[in-house]
Amino acid sequence: MNEYADLLIIGAGPAGMAAALAAAPSAARIILLDDNPLPGGQIWRDGPQASLPDQARHMRERLEACSNIRRHSGTRVIACAGPKELLVEDADRGWLIGYDKLILCTGARELLLPFPGWTLPGVTGAGGLQALIKGGLPVHGERLVIAGSGPLLLASAATAKHNGAQVLRIAEQAATAAVTGFAAQLPRWPNKLLQSFRLFDRHYRSGTHVLAALGNERLEGVRLKQQGKILELACDRLACGFGLIPNTQLGQALGCALDDQALAVDAWQASSRADHYAAGECTGFGGSELALVEGAIAGHTAVGDLQAARQLWPRRARWQGFAKALNKAFALDPQLKSLAQADTLVCRCEDVPYAAVAGHTGWREAKLASRCGMGACQGRVCGGALQHLFGWQPSAPRPPFSPARIETLMCLDDTPPD
Amino acid sequence: MADVIVIGAGIIGAACAQALARRGLRVLVLDAGLPGATAAGMGHLLVLDDNPAELALSQYSLQRWREQAPALPDGCAYRSNGTLWLAADAEEMAVAHSKYLNLQAQGVACELIASSALRQREPELRKGLEGGLLINGDGILYAPATARWMLDAPNISQRRARVSEVDGNRVRLDDGQWLSAEAVVLANGIQANDLCPELPIEAKKGHLLITDRYPGTVTHTLVELGYVTSAHNATGPSTACNIQPRPTGQLFIGASRQFGTTDPQVEGWMLAKMLKRATAYMPGLAQLNGIRAWTGFRAASPDGLPLVGQHPQRKGLWLAVGHEGLGVTTAPGTADLLVAQLFDETPPLAAQPYLPQRFLKEPVYA
Repeated sequence: MNEYADLLIIGAGPAGMAAALAAAPSAARIILLDDNPLPGGQIWRDGPQASLPDQARHMRERLEACSNIRRHSGTRVIACAGPKELLVEDADRGWLIGYDKLILCTGARELLLPFPGWTLPGVTGAGGLQALIKGGLPVHGERLVIAGSGPLLLASAATAKHNGAQVLRIAEQAATAAVTGFAAQLPRWPNKLLQSFRLFDRHYRSGTHVLAALGNERLEGVRLKQQGKILELACDRLACGFGLIPNTQLGQALGCALDDQALAVDAWQASSRADHYAAGECTGFGGSELALVEGAIAGHTAVGDLQAARQLWPRRARWQGFAKALNKAFALDPQLKSLAQADTLVCRCEDVPYAAVAGHTGWREAKLASRCGMGACQGRVCGGALQHLFGWQPSAPRPPFSPARIETLMCLDDTPPD
Repeated sequence: MADVIVIGAGIIGAACAQALARRGLRVLVLDAGLPGATAAGMGHLLVLDDNPAELALSQYSLQRWREQAPALPDGCAYRSNGTLWLAADAEEMAVAHSKYLNLQAQGVACELIASSALRQREPELRKGLEGGLLINGDGILYAPATARWMLDAPNISQRRARVSEVDGNRVRLDDGQWLSAEAVVLANGIQANDLCPELPIEAKKGHLLITDRYPGTVTHTLVELGYVTSAHNATGPSTACNIQPRPTGQLFIGASRQFGTTDPQVEGWMLAKMLKRATAYMPGLAQLNGIRAWTGFRAASPDGLPLVGQHPQRKGLWLAVGHEGLGVTTAPGTADLLVAQLFDETPPLAAQPYLPQRFLKEPVYA
C-alpha cells in the first residue's frame, strides 16, 4: 500500500509537531513520520518513567484531534524512491510515500567522544541515559556521574534524581567563566532562568571533564580532571555527552545544502531544494523553544500561509539569541580531542581502536583500512567523533539510510529510468 | 630514487610492486586516493573458464593465492570456501556439466552437485534448483587489507600523489614535478584512460549490498550460472545472483552490470532488481537487514582479458590494466606475467593473450 501526502514531515519532535499543527488548518493531507513509538522526539520522549511537560501533552492531544494528520510511528526513511517519493519501513512492512512538500525535522544526536573505558557496560551518553530511564531502566539508589557539556547534563541529572538515583557529580567541561557568563544572560529568557533554577544541582562543577571510565567487566568508577586536579569517584553509571550533532543525512540525500554541519535554511525555513524545508536541531543546535518556532514557521510556509510564518520571525530571533549564547558558552575544549589512548575503541560496532584510525588522511581511507564505521550503526557514532577529532567529512549518505529489510528495498521500482 | 614507479595502489599495483620488490628492485607506488575497484569489489577469488586465456590466468592465480595464504594476516580475511555455481534449470545444468568437464581436464578441483544434495550444502537455497557445480579451491579475501599488506615491504615506498601525465618511463605529478625510473607500471584501473586515452577500457558499473551479521547462513560463495550466460555477455543493464559469506557473518549480495555511466550513485531501481534476483535463489534473504550499499566500476577491456605488458608505442611504460571483475583474483598472475616480461624471462604462463598490442598495434620501437 503506497501513500501520498501534500505535506510529509520527517520527525515528530517539537519541530515536527509544531510544523504539523501549524499546517493543519489548511486541510492539507499531512503525514507525520517518526522512528519512535510516540511523538515528542528526544526531549519529550515518553515511557514508563517519563514525566511529560504539559505543553508536550497538549500538542500530542491536538495532533490526535486533527483528522488530516496521519502519524506513522516506529517508521524510518530508507531511501529516495523518486523525485518526491521516499521508501519507508516500520516493524511490519516497507512502502512508498509520495509528497508535494517535505519538512525535515530529523533532530540531532549526541556527540560521543572516545576516552579510555567509554565502552564499558554502565557508560552511556547523557541523553542516552535519560532515554533509558524514561524507558524504564531502574536507577534507584545507583551512584551516577554525568559528564560532558551543555544543558542536557542537567536535564539528564534531573531525570535520574527523579527516579531515585544519587548524582555524585555533574562535570561540565566548559570553563567557569563561560558558564557564569552564560548564566548572567539568562534573564533575557525568563523561563530558561526558571528552568535553570529548577535543574541546578550542588554537585555541578564547571571546568571539569572525564579522563577515563574505570573498571574491568563493568564500570566501577570514573577519573575526572576537575579545575586542573585529578580525582576519582566510585560510581555505578557514567553518562557522558559532548553536545549534539545535527542529523543531516536525509537532507543531504535529498540534495539540501549544508551550512557548517547543519542543514542550511532561509528565513522561511526553506532548504536549498525547492519545496523542501527544515526545522529544529537538524538546522543547528538551539533547544526545544527554537525548534518549536522554526517548526511552526516551516509548517505555515509549506501550506502557503506566509503571513502567519512571518509573524513568528521575532520569536525565532529571540530563541536564536539563546542558541547563540549557548553554543558560545559550551564550545568544546580542545583538550577533549586527546582523551583517547592508542587502544581506546573508536568504532564499537567493529572494535576499531584509536591507533588504527589515527594517521589516515580521511574518513574513507580510515574506513577501508580499519573497518571503522562499517558496522550496524554505519558510522553514526564514530563518524561524528572522528569529524570532531580530525575534521574528517563523513561520506555522502547512500541508501539504505538505516539498516532495512531486503524485502523493503525490493519495494523500489526496478524499471530503469529513461 | 626508485627503479620502478607503479601508478595505483589497488590490488594490481600492490601485487606488481610486491613482486618487483621481491626481485630486489626499489619501487615507488603513487596513488591519488580515488575510489577504485579494489575497495568496491567482493574480493571473490574464482576460476573462470569463458575462454582458455581467462582460465589459464585465473587458475594460475588461484594457485598463487593458495600458496600465499599462510602468510596473509588475519585482516586480509582469506578463506578457501569454494564457489558454488547454481543451475536453475536443465539448460544451465548442461552448462554446469560442460564447465565441469572443461575444468576437470585442466586439473581444477570441482564437483557436480545434484539437485537433492544442493540444499544439504546450502539449506537456505530455494527448493527446485536443478543442481550446481562446486569449485573447491576458490576463495575470498578482503582486498584493501591485502593490498596494504603487499605494499608493506622495505623497498616499497608509497606516496599520495596524482599523476597528470605519463611519458614512457617518466611521470608528471599534478604539482608539475617530473619523476622517472627504469620503468613505469600503469595499474590504476578505471583511471588508466585519463593518462592513456588510447586504451580500450570501458567502465562497467556494479552495485553491492552487505547485510548485518547472520553467521552460518551461507557457506560457499553462491553464483548463478546465468552470471556466465547473461551478465557477462549482455550489453544492457543486467543482474545475477551472487551471494558471498564474509568471515564476519555478514553477506555480500550482488551483482549488477551497467554500461555507459560513470555516476557512482547507488540507484534504487538497480538495487531492487539485484536483490530480487538474489532472493529468487534464496527467499530467506528478504527478511535479513541490509546495512550498506555501494557501487564500483570495473575496468573492462573489449575481450574481457587484462592488458599486461609494455605499451607498444610508449617505451618504458608497462600496462597492468583492464581486469574487469577479476582484478583481485588475477593480481598474482598479472604481477608474475609483468615481472617476467620486464626481466625478459619466460613467463609462468603464455603472455600472448594479454599483450597490449592486441588492441594497440605492434610496437613502434625495436
